[in-house]
This record gives sequence, C-alpha cells and structure tokens, in this order.
Amino acid sequence: MSGTDGKAAILGNIRRALGRGELSGAARAECEARLKEHPSNLIPARSKLPKAEQVELFVKMAEAVKASVTRVARDEDVPGALVGYLKGQNLPSDVVMAPDASLDRYGWQSERMLSVRRGRPEDADQVGVTGALCGVAETGTLMMASGPDHPTTLNFMPETHVVVLRAEQVVGAYEEGFNILRARGATLPRTVNLVTGPSRTGDIEQKIELGAHGPRRLHIIVVGD
Amino acid sequence: MTPVIPPTTSHVFRDNSVKALANPQLQRALSNIRRDFVDSRGRALADLPEEEYAALKAEAKALKDHTLAHLDFYLERFAAKVAETGGEVHWCATAAEARETIIALCKRYNAKTIAKGKSMVGEEIDLNAYLEAAGLRPIETDLGEYIIQMKGDRPSHITAPAIHLTKEDVGDLFAEKHKRPRKSEIPALVGEAREMLRPRYHEADIGLTGANFLIAETGSSAIITNEGNGDLSQILPRAHIVLASIDKIVPTLEDALTISRILARTSSGQEFTVYTTFSTGVRRAGDVDGPAAFHVVLLDNGRSKLLGTKQEPILRCIRCAACLNHCPVYKSVGGHAYGWVYTGPMGAVITPALLGVERSGPLPNASTFCGRCEAICPMSIPLPSLMRHWRETEYERKGAPAAYRHGLGLWAFVAKRPRLYALATGLGARVLGCFGRGRGRLSALPLAGGWTGTRDFPAPEGATFRAQWRAAHGRG
Repeated sequence: MSGTDGKAAILGNIRRALGRGELSGAARAECEARLKEHPSNLIPARSKLPKAEQVELFVKMAEAVKASVTRVARDEDVPGALVGYLKGQNLPSDVVMAPDASLDRYGWQSERMLSVRRGRPEDADQVGVTGALCGVAETGTLMMASGPDHPTTLNFMPETHVVVLRAEQVVGAYEEGFNILRARGATLPRTVNLVTGPSRTGDIEQKIELGAHGPRRLHIIVVGD
Repeated sequence: MTPVIPPTTSHVFRDNSVKALANPQLQRALSNIRRDFVDSRGRALADLPEEEYAALKAEAKALKDHTLAHLDFYLERFAAKVAETGGEVHWCATAAEARETIIALCKRYNAKTIAKGKSMVGEEIDLNAYLEAAGLRPIETDLGEYIIQMKGDRPSHITAPAIHLTKEDVGDLFAEKHKRPRKSEIPALVGEAREMLRPRYHEADIGLTGANFLIAETGSSAIITNEGNGDLSQILPRAHIVLASIDKIVPTLEDALTISRILARTSSGQEFTVYTTFSTGVRRAGDVDGPAAFHVVLLDNGRSKLLGTKQEPILRCIRCAACLNHCPVYKSVGGHAYGWVYTGPMGAVITPALLGVERSGPLPNASTFCGRCEAICPMSIPLPSLMRHWRETEYERKGAPAAYRHGLGLWAFVAKRPRLYALATGLGARVLGCFGRGRGRLSALPLAGGWTGTRDFPAPEGATFRAQWRAAHGRG
C-alpha cells in the first residue's frame, strides 16, 4: 500500500500522534517562513577573517586533511604547476579536464608535455582536472556543483583529482557557497559535492587508509593572492 | 525463493554477552575502539571552542525538535520539491511496503545489479535478503558493508559495520572469496577491495543509498561518507534510489549544515567528513553524467508512533555512534550481542521501539547507567532515561523474570512494614554474618548466584544500618 495510501497512512499516524489535524494558521506560517528565509544558524567564528587570512586558513585546513596545495601568483603559472605536481608524483601527463570555459584562461598548450582531453572520465584516466564553485576556509573544503561544465564523475573516478581554485573564490563557510547556488537558480544542480581531502576508510581496524573508492590524491592549485 | 533472514537474538542478550566476553578474537577487534575513536573525537572537539560546540548542539536539538513537531508539513514539502525536480517519493508505512516498492522499481528499470551505499535502514528491513530472493544482485560498496555482506554477518556497529573483525579475518575472507593470494596488510586489502568493486559500479543498473538528511527546502537528499562509494553508486547507474526513514528530514540546507558540523566531530573525530553530497532530482539538460531517474523510498516502520511519547527524543538521533564508542557495555561485548542491527545505547532504545519490547526485553538493561552516552550525545538524547522508560514498560507487561518480580514484590511488602523490616534485616544480617565469619565474604548464596557466580558477596558485620543509627542518634 505504498504511494497514495502509504502517504495517507503516514501523515495520519503523525497527526494522530501530534494530536492535531493538518498544520494551519500561525504555526504553518512560521514553517513556511523558515523554508523561504532559510535563516543561518551559528557559524563558527574561526573563518570570519579578512580575505587573505581566509585563503591561508583554507590552505592550512586542506593540508591538515591530507590534500596538497600549491599557490601560484598568475594565470600563466598554472599549467607549469600542474606539470610539476604530476612529475613529482610520478604520474602521467595525460589528463582529463572538465569542459569548463573558465579553465580555458590558463593556456594549457604552453606546456608541450601536457595532453589534455576535455569531458567525462573513463576508468583508464588517472588524473582529472576541474575547477570548483568555491573553497570553504572553515575546513579546507571544496564545493563543486554538477553541470555541463563539471561532470561529477571527475570528482570521484580518477585516482588523482587536481582542482584549480582562484583565491577570490575562497569563502568562510559552506552557507556562503549555497547562497552562490541559490543566486543562480531556483533549484540546486543535480549534485553538489563538499569535498574535504582525499577519499579514505577506517573500516579495517579503524586505521585510516587513503583512496578507498574515490581519489587517493587531492591536489589544489590556488591562483592569486 | 524465500529470503534468508538471520534471526534476531535481542531477547537473549545475556547469553550473547557471555559468548562475546569469552571470544578472544572479538575482544582483540574491540580493543581498536578504545584506542582510536575516543581519542580522535577529543582532538576534533579541541579545535572548536567549547561554547561554540555547546551552541551548535543546542541549535541542532532545537531544530530537530521543531521538525518533529511539524513532521507532516516538512515531509509533504519535501515530496513536492522532489516531484518538481523530476523525482518521485514513495511513502511506505512498513518494512514490507518499502521492500516491495524497491523490488517494483528494479523491475520498472529492468535492473539486475544494484550498487548499494551504506544504509542502516536497508539493514533494518533486511533488504539484501529480499532482493536476492527476487533474483536481484545487491552489491554493498562501503568497505565495511562489503566485508560483512561477504561474510553473511549483520553490522556490529552503526558507522563501522565490520569492527568485530581483525585485518587477519578480512585477509582470510578476501583470499577465499576473491580467489587471490592472501594479503595481510590494510593498504593492500583496501586496494584489493577498490579494484574488485570499481567494475561493479559500471555494471549496476540502479544505485541505492541511504540518507543522512532529506531537505524540505530543496527536495535534496544528502549523504555523508569518507570513502566516496555512495557517490560512485549514485552517479554511474541510470537510476538512483534513496532509502530513508521519516526522521531524516530537516527544514533547510542551513539546518543540514549545522548537524553536519557536529556529526563529523562526534562520529569520527574529523573536522568535517570527506564527502558531503547533496543530490537533487534527476540529471539536467546538458549534464554528461548523473542518474536519469531519482526515487526516494520514505519509510516510517513504527517511528511515527514514538511522536508525543516519552521515547520521542530518540527520533533526534543522527547515527553518529558516539554513544556506542563511549559505552562500557558495548566496548565489552560488541554489537552482535544486541541481536539485531542497531547497537549500543541508541540500539537499546530504538530496538524495543521497532522490534517490540517483547522481542528485545533485556536490551534496556544492557547498561551500567554510567551516563556517558547522554553526556556525549550531540543531540542531547537522554539515553539512560529512555532505557529506564523501556524497563518500566517491560515491567508493566510483566516481562521481568519471575524471581525478580516476586522478589521485588516481597521486598515491597516487607519494606512498607517497619517492624517486620527491622526483624527481617536484623535476622538476615546475623545469619549472613555467622556464615561469613572469619573470611568477611561469602562465595555462594541461595538465590544470589547471579552475583556470587563471578564475585564474592561481602558478609555483613554487626547490626543493620537502622539499628546502628538508632543506637547513635536515639529514635530522632
């Protein structure tokens, strides 16, 4: 009896237990207002900082959860930073990159060794490169939203995920990231990921091991200051 | 095919515990909780000022209480939002309805293989057994769940399902089932599971996950994980089914974020869990990945009848497992002794609610009433009082053992008659004092084998407390 009957049964049980009929009047208006205004709850004070210090906090927190971070001053430094990271990790210089126009500005063709394919990843792809919606200083978290420019599979399938983040994209708290999305449209994108460090598991003897199913390595290139 | 359901053994908690205490392999595995969970929780809390943690806790409790008081409203809003984003909500009052709905969806999508993220509600309704009986192939992808599915065990912990196994046990199991050389180190075992599971996500027709939150404002479901398996499970197959109970609803994204902040700290000792993922409806025009179908199977299964009762606070539970990790009883006997899927103090409260107190009578007694669970609970659930309420219910339905009931009845009769009480206790003290003379203790006592089986009973010395009080203070 799932479906309509199930709905009537569950709502009926709830209303009986709460000793009232369908919610109405002032109580209903209060709930409507809560959904419409979505008031913020307490946001820990530690991320309420001037921008430059927020970027520093973001880097410190990301490194604390075993992401690695490179900071570069200019757009044209980004391809070199990517190639340098891949070399240092003994990784191939073939990457699959999000079809995100905002990544075009970095001039990837300047690195002759780098081979870039744009699109979603296959199992054979070892390195994925994406942008992000924002970086959250509070916990060194990257916020990423699905869309034609950012396939979610890029965040999870390749063993190494490299994210190019502009310093001005760093915000204090997750709430600010959701407000960016709310400003873009009435419904959220299909998938919004908050990613804090590379994949890990503690399921065998509670010992933390990186790279359970998602990326073993998360590298963040922060551009600008 | 008839589903093969492991029996529930909550009603024989005492026997289960005796076996658990005598199992050296289990005791070795349980020692990992003592070392790790508790220490890392302390560290993560240290990074957040105490007053901020207290304020977050108070907000989380208040928002959950508000939601429960308006549960019908928020559930309806959630369902309407899911429909707006191309998904569908299936309202299921019972476990059987939820299972039938999921099996019907598998048929609708002509599905054979189901990649599963971790879901305690899935365990609660024995979903895998029913899917297999319907000719389907459920594959657990969370490492702990993968291990216990392979072994045919129930989870023994709500966030670390295979905590009862050591790496040697996992090495033996993988060697047998994967038919590969036996590995003995954790990195190699994790790598082998990763390699075995990756193709399964691609084979799966449907991805099924649980939910940490259902968000009324946006119609999103959210999962909080460290491995990324729940994400691969929902973005690679063509349909995503979310299985969630009605108590998972919160009003807004802000409310979900507040609870997420305390969940990570209190559950695993992290500042924030690695992956917090919000899934809203179906893939959009132009998206190159993500599921084309989105279904939420919303389960009541007895939760709504807790609203407005003394047990309502357990509906605030966010399944962080801090109460298990800090419980001296859980840490001594492990999760399987609790005889079903929910374990530790939260299990001792929720199991009688869902299975019935007649099938789980001993669980509310599985406590030393030390109060650590209540002190540690991020949602301020008064777990010891809730256990006490179940004890009262159990007593009212005369579920307590006859000796206990008659003994207490006899004591009440005597205690209400002061002269008789003085006579009986005075006599008792003299008789026991005689037996224990010289040693000061008794190693066997009629009707008290439960005590003297494992330790001596101190022999009374001299007069009763009341007699001594009278002698020292007069009748005053």
